[in-house]
Amino acid sequence: MNLQLTEDGRLRHLLTLDGLPRAILTQILDTAESFMDVGEREVKKVPLLRGKSIFNLFFEPSTRTRTTFEIAAKRLSADVVNLNIATSSQTKGEAILDTVDNLAAMHADMFIVRHAQSGAAHFIARHVAPHISVVNAGDGRHAHPTQGLLDMFTIRRFKGEFHNLTVAIVGDVLHSRVARSQIHALTTLGVPEVRVIGPKTLLPTGVEQMGVKVFHDMEAGLAGCDVIIMLRLQNERMKGALLPSAQEYFKFFGLTPEKLALARPDAIVMHPGPMNRGVEIDSEVADGPQSVILPQVTYGIAVRMAVMALLAGTGNA
Amino acid sequence: MKILIKNGRVIDPMNARDEVADIYVAAGKIVGNGHAPADFHANRTIDASGLVVCPGLVDLSVRLREPGFEYRATLESEMLAAAAGGITSLACPPDTDPPLDEPGLVEMLKFRARNLPGPRVYPIGAMTQKLEGQMLTEMAELTEAGCRAFTQADAPMTDTQVLLRAMEYAATFGFSLWLRPQDVSLAKGGVAHDGAVATRLGLPGIPALAETVALATILQLARETGARVHIARLSTRDGIAMVRAAKAQGLAVTCDVASTHVHLSENDLISFDSHLHLVPPLRSLRDRDAIREALRDGSIDALCSDHTPVDEDVKQVPFGESAPGASGVELLLPLTLKWAREMGVPLMQAIDLISWKPAQILGVPGGNLAVGSCADICIFDETAEWVVTQKTLASQGDNTPFLNHSMQGRVRYTLIDGHIDFEAPR
Repeated sequence: MNLQLTEDGRLRHLLTLDGLPRAILTQILDTAESFMDVGEREVKKVPLLRGKSIFNLFFEPSTRTRTTFEIAAKRLSADVVNLNIATSSQTKGEAILDTVDNLAAMHADMFIVRHAQSGAAHFIARHVAPHISVVNAGDGRHAHPTQGLLDMFTIRRFKGEFHNLTVAIVGDVLHSRVARSQIHALTTLGVPEVRVIGPKTLLPTGVEQMGVKVFHDMEAGLAGCDVIIMLRLQNERMKGALLPSAQEYFKFFGLTPEKLALARPDAIVMHPGPMNRGVEIDSEVADGPQSVILPQVTYGIAVRMAVMALLAGTGNA
Repeated sequence: MKILIKNGRVIDPMNARDEVADIYVAAGKIVGNGHAPADFHANRTIDASGLVVCPGLVDLSVRLREPGFEYRATLESEMLAAAAGGITSLACPPDTDPPLDEPGLVEMLKFRARNLPGPRVYPIGAMTQKLEGQMLTEMAELTEAGCRAFTQADAPMTDTQVLLRAMEYAATFGFSLWLRPQDVSLAKGGVAHDGAVATRLGLPGIPALAETVALATILQLARETGARVHIARLSTRDGIAMVRAAKAQGLAVTCDVASTHVHLSENDLISFDSHLHLVPPLRSLRDRDAIREALRDGSIDALCSDHTPVDEDVKQVPFGESAPGASGVELLLPLTLKWAREMGVPLMQAIDLISWKPAQILGVPGGNLAVGSCADICIFDETAEWVVTQKTLASQGDNTPFLNHSMQGRVRYTLIDGHIDFEAPR
């Protein structure tokens, strides 16, 4: 049983990119393409989701992702309610399902969920009434499907095709829901070589079974790459048993102009943000001509609009 | 009360017997097996035609939740559930609140249990005070109060020196220690087997190394001290190989696995169902297959339910936040039968793993049908099919990964001490 597809194969929830058919990924990317001009209009709105209520249900603090979801929903004319549960009812001890039930009683149509536990969005999706859709905005280390999709959108915009690319994902794959979603999307869309690069302490057990090649030497891993995706290294992981120091990490796994030169000359550099300059990426690269980090943010809005529109069943309107 | 059990297929692993025969019960004892004793007039005759008559089951790990967790389950509900599962003797771990670390608590539990229908309850005492892993309990006093062995249950054992002392002290008196091997540092923060599935699902992992590293320590200390050690809830192929090798070298060690781990693996976690959050974690298919094979070749001595009833509230949360454990007393028999069918193992060998062998590990009477033995008997229908639901389970905990699964094999009667403590509604 696939929780996120209807019986006739349409998107019902967006929880993970793991197992989503290529046709659906492509449909989302194509729909996002059609929304690209909305942001450039004088009136940045289309009426597709007028009268729908979308709840941003953030059990874990976030500004960036929550904001882009909010903008996307508003551009579709939906009513948006932001709930930072990390600082409200959860601290009063309300159970997660009680929160969800209460909001459903307020006639919610869609929940955008972020939670520190892997599987939290699945858990909520299994519980809600059939007319409510759930979008996973990041659950633990598991998945961040809209980020994965916007990264695919970015790659498609700059590279055109997927079938001839070599893509490297560099850094803390172990704790990264973004990396997991990217890997599923890249392999589904037909990228022939996906590499992960990092020290053994930051690569999860059996990651090669997700269809990637593992590199511990960044210079070898970057050779011939068309796309380089840098991952954020959380502050609390820079010193301790995973890594001795941010300096040593930067020396061996930070992206510098010298290391970038090992990739193909037309390689693009991506980062899901927020960046730690001088830890995983040199400012010269982040702000350089091969960086597409800011376009990623812009595309994120169109991609999230596409996901919401398709879930509301109005994707072709 | 004199009971005649007629025409059943009598399977008694200890006596290597498998034949249709009549069993005669009087005054709590088996007084005849195949032949009626002189002057036997039954008050009650059970027609066991088409049914299997075997020793009452002995379960090495059943949490009865008293004292302290009565909101999860009560002694009444769980003893009834155990009887409904054909269990006539059970060992209960000390992870209650407060833990079973004082003779008074053990006596109280035994007293409460004695006055209720259901299996014989054998408490396993806490190895350290409050299960904190620091100070030894009064093992000799606790043994006099009725403890059959000592354990940390699932509480961490961080200090190897304390473990060494516990073994030395237990060996002084010949007491048995039941230890679940898990290195607390290597398991830190984990909720699932550290492997491809946990990586895919983004669940923090508990590596197989957490088991084997702790097991190496336990086996080495046992060799050195001569302590009697029983390894509880093995979960990995490498762990099984280590115990097998230790036995081959002559170390007097026994081990068990939980019936859930005979059938499930990490692959089942894919839906994030919190009912699959177990301790130890469900491991790889390779590990599961090693368990299934080791049960067949005798490297694993017993199967237990590791019955852990919890309330639904602590399972109705995301996987990583959920309380681990599964309810299982009523599934021990059908899950054992399922394994035997799938592996082509004779019924007698399967029953041995849940009756005679665990009775030896626990060191208690029962587990056999010899004349003169206590009349602890399980009568079951090997072919009866039933579906596991909240309604068909007597346990207060319906937290099982097998909910809505179909099972084959159902208990019809459970006799404890010659008394019919459970009779399935017809």
